[in-house]
Amino acid sequence: MSPPRSDSVWRAAWRRFRRDRVGLVSLGVVLAFLLLIVASASGLVARQWQQEVGVPSAPPHVLGPRPPDAAEGAIQPSGPNVDLTDIDPLAPRYAEWAERAKHYRSADPVRADTLPLGGDRMGRDVLAKAVKGTEISVFVGVLAAVLATGIGTLLGALAGFFGRWVDDVLEWVYNVFTAVPDILLIFAFAAVFGRGLTTVVVILGLVGWTGLYRQVRAEFMKHRSRDYVRAAEAIGASPSARMFQHILPNISHVILVRMSLMVVGFIKSEVILSYLGLGVPIDQVSWGTMLAEAQSELILGHWWQLATATVFMAVFVTAFSLMADAWRDALDPKLKGQA
Amino acid sequence: MLAYLIRRLWQMVPTLLGVVLLVFALFKGFGADPAVLLAGQNATQAQIAAIRQELGLDQPWWFQLGIFLKQIITFDWGKSWATGETVAHLFATRLPATLTVMTPMFVLDALLAIPLALAVARVRGSLTDRVLMVVTTVALSISFLVYVIVGQYLFGYQLGWFPVQGWSDSVWTNLTTYVPLPVLLVVLVGLSPQTRLYRSFFLDELGQDYVRTARAKGLSEGAVFYRHVLRNAMIPILTNIGMALPGIFIGSFLIEVFFSIPGLGREVLLAVNRSDYPVIQATTVYLAVLTMLINLGTDLLYKVVDPRVVLK
Repeated sequence: MSPPRSDSVWRAAWRRFRRDRVGLVSLGVVLAFLLLIVASASGLVARQWQQEVGVPSAPPHVLGPRPPDAAEGAIQPSGPNVDLTDIDPLAPRYAEWAERAKHYRSADPVRADTLPLGGDRMGRDVLAKAVKGTEISVFVGVLAAVLATGIGTLLGALAGFFGRWVDDVLEWVYNVFTAVPDILLIFAFAAVFGRGLTTVVVILGLVGWTGLYRQVRAEFMKHRSRDYVRAAEAIGASPSARMFQHILPNISHVILVRMSLMVVGFIKSEVILSYLGLGVPIDQVSWGTMLAEAQSELILGHWWQLATATVFMAVFVTAFSLMADAWRDALDPKLKGQA
Repeated sequence: MLAYLIRRLWQMVPTLLGVVLLVFALFKGFGADPAVLLAGQNATQAQIAAIRQELGLDQPWWFQLGIFLKQIITFDWGKSWATGETVAHLFATRLPATLTVMTPMFVLDALLAIPLALAVARVRGSLTDRVLMVVTTVALSISFLVYVIVGQYLFGYQLGWFPVQGWSDSVWTNLTTYVPLPVLLVVLVGLSPQTRLYRSFFLDELGQDYVRTARAKGLSEGAVFYRHVLRNAMIPILTNIGMALPGIFIGSFLIEVFFSIPGLGREVLLAVNRSDYPVIQATTVYLAVLTMLINLGTDLLYKVVDPRVVLK
């Protein structure tokens, strides 16, 4: 009879996670957002977000259409029209142009008076923008976190596993990166790399790896002389096999938790960068560009774009942080209760 | 003590050299050609070549690195490419505005959060705990942008308590008229997370044996907190404050942009948008030096607040 197999780390963690109601609900919210993002990325929803479907700054359905504005349009002149034909140098060609214009058809699309969550300054649907913006913002946050995790894990593993001069060199690099405040480092990178989505991801990844590096390095230092790693060495496992096949799976929960915290941080950074004009280009939409537009709209009393972007972002970020907390508690019960 | 100081200062040299190399490699390797940027759109090839020669760009890279190092040591960064203002003058004129906004913010933040955290730690219980936790999570999930946009609209535009934005030449007018709104907003937003952080420092100390001893010998709860717990929790608090201190000098970029405050942060952002390399390079290098000096200062303060700390 073989002894009963004990649960794997992940199965045990899942069992603990299932008991955490807050964690489960937030996981559900995050999954719903992910579905929305997949739908938006594949063009099922919000593909037409750039279409001007409503009147400029159309109010949301609940408010009803805006009353016709008395001041709208220029005042019509009331006097008789003066005949300028004698002195107008273009006069002989008007007939010809009118003839040519007949060949083209111009459509005058009907613009809605109200939209589900209102429209922006150009009459674009705020709901569609928010969905598309969610896609871009979350995409940037997750990709940047993956990049930062990759850099941090690799360098941390090298420094912690090999020690000696490798560690000295990497510690030096770490000191250099932490000596400059993050925001300034981001600006310096932005100044030379230019603008764009890829740039934002690269910049955030290059600036954000330091915290994870320290943690992974400490874990590798702890694990490299453990018995199971020495046993692997004794049967001839190469250093890279020991690092990435033996040690890495044992510390992957640390990395996962850290990475999910980074996603939240990077989403917030993207919003700020886009507001400052260093992030998402103007032909794209993200939560940050929506908030930037909302600032001038608010003075006119058009609060719906601000509200929509804020609610989308607050719900996602809250759910994601709570989910990350629950993951940390489930994966590393020793840490429970620590901030 | 002196030996410690000298050793720490000596250790800064390689790190600083790294920062200089990073900045140099970044702008040299990835940035656009400064000569082309400087010459403008209608420049002839000869003009570009002349600028290149003037800046030393036709020299090998190690020679250019030498020029860069000389600029750092002599504090002579030349002129901003966009405005022709010397970088030194730019620092001297923009820094006061940044300090005028950031100092009250920084002081008020600590003065409010520490007593509040002490109070919360004293009445600790699952309810205060949960309330603080929920408020913090929700408060942090909303972008800081939203707070500033709504705050400016509500307090500045709707209620009219403060001017929406602006700046004057008099420090007093600035402090009484233009600074309160940004300070109020930042402190309000930061208060709950800061309180939670400081509270966790106090709770860590509350679990220690010396607290039980102090209580056992009959000290009042107030004496336990102010005489024992507060002093022992000073080290993590100082670390936290020390980490936030360099931020004062660069200013909060967002605050300065939002409230049209002519400070250093806004200037750096403008420089980024104009590819004004000298300004960005100078700020990055000097702020790195400042950060390292502040870290050293924090370490020295540990000794002051806790004589048991041995610096070595």
